[in-house]
Amino acid sequence: MESAFIIEKSIFIVVIFAFTMIMAMYSTWAERKVAAFLQDRVGPNRAGWGGLLQPLADGMKLFAKEEFEPDTKNRFLFFVGPAIAMSTALMTSAVIPWGDKLHLFGRDIILQATDIDVSLLYIFGIVSVGVYGIMIGGWASNNKFSLMGAVRAASQMVSYEVAMGLSIIALLMMTGTLSLKEISAQQTGFHWNVFYQPLSFLIFLICAFAETNRTPFDLAECESELIGGYHTEYSSMKMGFYLFAEYANMFISSTIISILFFGGYNYPGMGWALEHWGVNVANSIGIAALFVKLCFFIFFFMWIRWTIPRFRYDQLMNLGWKILIPLGIANIIITGICILVFK
Amino acid sequence: MSTAIQNISLSGKKKQVSNKEMTFLERLYLIAIVKGLWITIKHFFRKKATIHYPEQVRPFSPLYRGRHMLKRDEQGRENCTACGLCALTCPAEAISMKAAERQPGEEHLYREEKYAEIYEINMLRCIFCGLCEEACPKDAIYLTISKELVPAQYHREDFIFGKDKLVMPLEMAIANSKKQN
Repeated sequence: MESAFIIEKSIFIVVIFAFTMIMAMYSTWAERKVAAFLQDRVGPNRAGWGGLLQPLADGMKLFAKEEFEPDTKNRFLFFVGPAIAMSTALMTSAVIPWGDKLHLFGRDIILQATDIDVSLLYIFGIVSVGVYGIMIGGWASNNKFSLMGAVRAASQMVSYEVAMGLSIIALLMMTGTLSLKEISAQQTGFHWNVFYQPLSFLIFLICAFAETNRTPFDLAECESELIGGYHTEYSSMKMGFYLFAEYANMFISSTIISILFFGGYNYPGMGWALEHWGVNVANSIGIAALFVKLCFFIFFFMWIRWTIPRFRYDQLMNLGWKILIPLGIANIIITGICILVFK
Repeated sequence: MSTAIQNISLSGKKKQVSNKEMTFLERLYLIAIVKGLWITIKHFFRKKATIHYPEQVRPFSPLYRGRHMLKRDEQGRENCTACGLCALTCPAEAISMKAAERQPGEEHLYREEKYAEIYEINMLRCIFCGLCEEACPKDAIYLTISKELVPAQYHREDFIFGKDKLVMPLEMAIANSKKQN
């Protein structure tokens, strides 16, 4: 029994790992496709059908490139930067509930690598460590542009994490739990949190953009000012890791948004499907539903990127500290009053 | 009675601008974002402007000036007499040639007594203006409507096209004279 459990979890972890990598890979493809379509172009379409082999070609190119190292004082930190960025991006997927459970081989397989009861805090913790990857990499590059990018990324992530935490607190007051599995389970039957906490969702969404360094908050790597930002000095697969980590982060934040606010694996008519089609079919549809939701949010990230221009640095800080944080606090107070009145 | 000068719009495009304070809704910025998203998503479903080049070729103008060709007459003889007017008129100085005298027994190859032994166009210099074609007194050089562009090469020497690439193929001359008869 115990060994079966270990095997089950190992297989599941490998599957999740592979899935995250594939999603990150194909996010690069999707990014280019979406960018092209929004600009009336067609995008990459030569490698494979519709350019589907393009990520592989990109990866192979990055592996084959010369690995250039700047004359940096600390080679170790230069290596550690992308490693931290990549590992933190992959670690967050451990607590995400991809579905309820499947009944296979006479066992109930819970579709989550581990169900720790503070999974939301765990995610926040890991994401905040992610900023070290950028900071260390930018600092160890021994390049002013890299350092500027790193400093911007760090200050931006620190200030938006506050607002993000506040928006989550309002949600937690309602759900009463930090476990993503329970938050998902509470939203069955179309009781999605976004209907009860729209303001919280809005703040969380904006902060997610800032956390993943995506436009309109991509000051950390804005090409027009900082060449490439923190990864200016990186080449070959080390740069690939940074870019990969960005897409993995985008994938994870889309998943978390879908789980926290859009019901996770729940879909309308899930109870009916459970009764009539059995556990396996209903929950497989649930996995697909989560997948559709997170794909929409990945698309939304890209859609925003080609719609809104980059914020100026002072605008970014104003928005974070003077608007989002007071809004978050107000949201907490409103939520508190509502809970007092209606319960 | 008369309108003040600052109120007259000569172009008819004059607009009154104002520096009014934005309302709360405008300052929220969210409505503007939604409008922007609507504009970009419309482009997502619009017809794409791309022409998939090797498979699709853009329609060329009937006056298109493509790669050069040295013509043959209806008997398959080269028209060019190496007078050098094309080289003289070429603004890019892309054309160079060397004349030679026609030997007895070569009458079926060259129309006049003098012909171009070497005729070279540097395709990197050529600007496809068509002045060589206008200058030619013997109707020898033409800019074709061929859609085949000058292919990419690794060496500069490969862009200098000699007679082997410029002179009209004999089969084409035969086909042309058949068409005329």
